Amino acid sequence: MLEFTLPSLGSDMDEGKLLEWKIKLGDRVRKGQVVAIVDTSKAAVDVEIWFDGTVHELLIEPGATIPVGTVLATLLAPGEKAGTPATGRRKVSPAARKHAEALGIDVDTLAGSGPGGAVTLADVDATAAQSSLGRQAATSDRQAEMRKAIAAAMSRSKREIPHYYLSEAIAMERAQAWLSEANAGRPITGRLLMAALHLKAVALALKKYPEMNGFFRDGAFQPVAAAHIGVAISMRQGGLIAPAIHDVGEKTLDEVMRDLADLVKRARAGSLKSSEMSDPTITVTNLGEQGVESVYGVIYPPQVALVGFGRIAPRPWVDAAGWLCVTPVLTASLAADHRVSDGHRGALFLAELRDWLQQPDKL
Amino acid sequence: MTQDELRKVVLATLLSIAPEVEVDELRADKPLRTQVDLDSMDWLNFLLGLHEKLAVDIPEADYAKLVTLSDVLSYLGARVR
Repeated sequence: MLEFTLPSLGSDMDEGKLLEWKIKLGDRVRKGQVVAIVDTSKAAVDVEIWFDGTVHELLIEPGATIPVGTVLATLLAPGEKAGTPATGRRKVSPAARKHAEALGIDVDTLAGSGPGGAVTLADVDATAAQSSLGRQAATSDRQAEMRKAIAAAMSRSKREIPHYYLSEAIAMERAQAWLSEANAGRPITGRLLMAALHLKAVALALKKYPEMNGFFRDGAFQPVAAAHIGVAISMRQGGLIAPAIHDVGEKTLDEVMRDLADLVKRARAGSLKSSEMSDPTITVTNLGEQGVESVYGVIYPPQVALVGFGRIAPRPWVDAAGWLCVTPVLTASLAADHRVSDGHRGALFLAELRDWLQQPDKL
Repeated sequence: MTQDELRKVVLATLLSIAPEVEVDELRADKPLRTQVDLDSMDWLNFLLGLHEKLAVDIPEADYAKLVTLSDVLSYLGARVR
């Protein structure tokens, strides 16, 4: 028997509210399948299961708020037979069944309050009301809840992580020229943004400096080989969220761009996946669009580094031949965890990042 | 398409990206992106939305011409049938 527990969807989460089951008894599920929607303080998240199996019992009712780690459901492993046969046909009043079908509610997921645990019309109504109320309340309280969640994570960061900060001015003439030329030949549906180049360059630089990528947990650094880059996305109503684009280092620029566009869209629409919330191994924030020259970020625990990009703007610059000129310049910054790395390595990481941005055609 | 119809399409597209915008408070002669706080991803999505609805391709080189809402309307007005 396998237990599916409520996963942590970020260091600022200690409980969640089950909004909806996406599975029912007897369903076969595959690893990575979205099985439930859980509301966190930041967003309603599509929770993916991390193993294959057959649904045996759903233990939590939609509407319930439960702590991280609570068993939500039990599943039979592939090939496993149920020790006791799964509950037989539920007693459901015909009116309740009809009503539930009309509302798209699965009667098997309901607790029955009628005789012998039968599901009644009232049970169906209660569930329907709860789930629509849940969604509404989720939107109106979200800003306050999100502020609290950000406060908790950032306070923990400043309390626990000895940050150090570095910055580097990077000439962006080549990257800009390359991007303009690439986009000139592309239809609007395939256009790239500079942000995609930033993300890819960070991922490639991380390959050489893995101590910026991973988690600090239980007093030790756990490096992660893949760069799952959390992208700080500001929400239009205030607050921010930083879900991950997975394996950025292994993706082409077009793939990174497509994933970034998709992620921003889904973050704003409130349909992120659990793996995107819990996986980021480093965060990238870009505040240049708001016009600031540089940003020194607060690391999102348990991550150990954050890369910040400011605005690309024309600045006086001394070129390789020693001539003073005007060129577009970007200030990249690194906030990193001194428990894991030193400024020397951080400086080398930023230099590596700078070098990648000088070779946009290799990104 | 009349100028009025075009304006409706443009504003509807804008609202799909920035639902909090009060259309009546928009100044047609002031830079759109700063009034509405559109970052480059929002801007790209805005232009993509216009492309889908109006079948107008807007080359990146023309972005500089599209500063205010009036600019956007006249640019599109000259290209939409």
